[in-house]
Amino acid sequence: MNFSFQNQVALITGAASGIGLATARAFAEAGAALALVDVNPDALRSAANELASVGRSNIPIICNVADENEVAAMVQQTMSTFGQLDIAFNNAGIHAPVAETADALGEDFDRVIAINLRGVWNCMKYELRHMRKRGSGVIVNCSSQSGLVGTAGLGAYTASKHGVIGLTKSAALEYAAKSIRINAVCPGSTDTPMVANALANEPETMKAVMKEIPLGRLGKSEEIASAVVWLCSPGAAFMTGQAIVPDGGYTAR
Amino acid sequence: MSKFLNLSFENKVALVTGAGSGMGLITAQAFAAEGAAVALADSNETAVREAAEKLSASGHKALAVSCDVGDEQQVEALVERTVSAFGRLDAAFNNAGVQSPAIETADASGEEFERVNAINLRGVWNCMKYELIQMRKQGSGAIVNNSSLGGIVGLPGRAIYHATKHGVIGLTKSAALEYAARGIRINAICPGTINTPMVAEMLAKEPEAMKEILRDQTIGRLGEPEEIASAVLWLPTRE
Ligand SMILES: NC(=O)c1ccc[n+]([C@@H]2O[C@H](COP(=O)([O-])OP(=O)(O)OC[C@H]3O[C@@H](n4cnc5c(N)ncnc54)[C@H](O)[C@@H]3O)[C@@H](O)[C@H]2O)c1
Ligand SMILES: NC(=O)c1ccc[n+]([C@@H]2O[C@H](COP(=O)([O-])OP(=O)(O)OC[C@H]3O[C@@H](n4cnc5c(N)ncnc54)[C@H](O)[C@@H]3O)[C@@H](O)[C@H]2O)c1
Repeated sequence: MNFSFQNQVALITGAASGIGLATARAFAEAGAALALVDVNPDALRSAANELASVGRSNIPIICNVADENEVAAMVQQTMSTFGQLDIAFNNAGIHAPVAETADALGEDFDRVIAINLRGVWNCMKYELRHMRKRGSGVIVNCSSQSGLVGTAGLGAYTASKHGVIGLTKSAALEYAAKSIRINAVCPGSTDTPMVANALANEPETMKAVMKEIPLGRLGKSEEIASAVVWLCSPGAAFMTGQAIVPDGGYTAR
Repeated sequence: MSKFLNLSFENKVALVTGAGSGMGLITAQAFAAEGAAVALADSNETAVREAAEKLSASGHKALAVSCDVGDEQQVEALVERTVSAFGRLDAAFNNAGVQSPAIETADASGEEFERVNAINLRGVWNCMKYELIQMRKQGSGAIVNNSSLGGIVGLPGRAIYHATKHGVIGLTKSAALEYAARGIRINAICPGTINTPMVAEMLAKEPEAMKEILRDQTIGRLGEPEEIASAVLWLPTRE
């Protein structure tokens, strides 16, 4: 199958690294113009430079997705640059330090919820304002296998990713009649800098997780990107309000 | 009686948040009726004091605590007061929660997101944290978190509420795995539409939205808070 997103505009948050960057590459190769959004200016600049040689065109936008005003401005800048918004991948997210609930810190809880949950909500809110005007659009939110099952030591992260599925389902029902589709992707453990960091800091936890992946390996960012691109393609036109799960079989057990 | 059918809470201590109204109130009364000493917590001080006084007047052990579950320090104090009054904590029903008026995502306000999240999600996390510090010391205990049907499915206009209730299930699963080996069980309950003041208020303020919700009640009626209390009391029982 050959996906073409010629003449379409895709907005990707957390685009400077890992799954976001792989997805940006995939959309660029398929001909879309890109708004590349990230809070890390240096990584974002090098991602934009790399992709300049691949795609139609892209703009890097520095934005903290947890800040509603910055998100409003970020979507505005996308619109004023490209005049339209067809696709959004709300992917920016962080991990929290592993701690059992009785020992976890309120400030870590708030930070994870602010970026992973409120951040996705902020992005959807302003993306939907444009998509509803136009009566079309596709959104994919990045949840996780942690949106479906629990993991000891990851209470706040698990809550944030479950919450993303709740947002996805409700918003999908709100906008289905306006031809806007909204789905979530739930990656299993994927070989990105986020996991490399976790592997370095929490070797025991990560070893335990790896043992339980039926396919016996980490996912590749490109494999997650492939699911996202498909969800945004005409082939997925009957799909909304769903959470699809490229996780190496982790949640099938 | 088979040990699996003994629902007595004689000599046990239960804590219920949102105990001033609805499911929390009925569940607190049910715990007391089964013999538990009950700490009733609510941000509505008058309601919770009256509820506790009624229980005390009929011979039960009851303690009223004014507490906003969205405030971590108040929750810490709540668990401390419960344990200093009754000596331990066997069962907790983290039930306090708020609805949010129906509005589509593109029009909803960030302040409303923060208000609902602080009570429904951070509030449950706050309560679990301090309850678990106590239960971990005891090596026993059971927690029931009040999620909702909204923790499982979506509903147009309710994205924020449904995100918080999905989140409660996430907290419940991760914490359950953390403490299973230490004698502490953690579950969530997901009520459908229940006949409480919360729903009465929605009926009054949002008659159109409610008409649709009522049409979807397969069983042809609302649930009663006693039916939820019955499930909540069943979950912590062990012997
Ligand atoms: N890697 C995995 O195993 C895995 C599994 C399931 C879900 N996920 C989810 O996938 C998404 C991407 O993760 P990744 O593994 O590619 O991580 P990553 O750390 O490699 O990349 C995340 C990117 O998001 C950016 N970011 C972080 N906070 C931000 C903020 N507040 N505003 C804007 N940008 C911000 C970072 O700068 C970074 O460039 C996250 O939502 C993560 O929770 C990852
Ligand atoms: N009624 C339903 O149909 C329904 C369905 C599913 C889930 N729920 C959930 O059940 C729980 C109880 O709902 P109810 O219908 O009995 O509601 P209710 O409004 O009758 O009672 C809720 C109680 O919680 C208290 N409360 C609110 N905010 C608080 C705070 N910050 N700190 C402490 N107490 C606070 C209120 O004062 C009130 O006494 C909520 O979490 C709600 O989301 C209700």
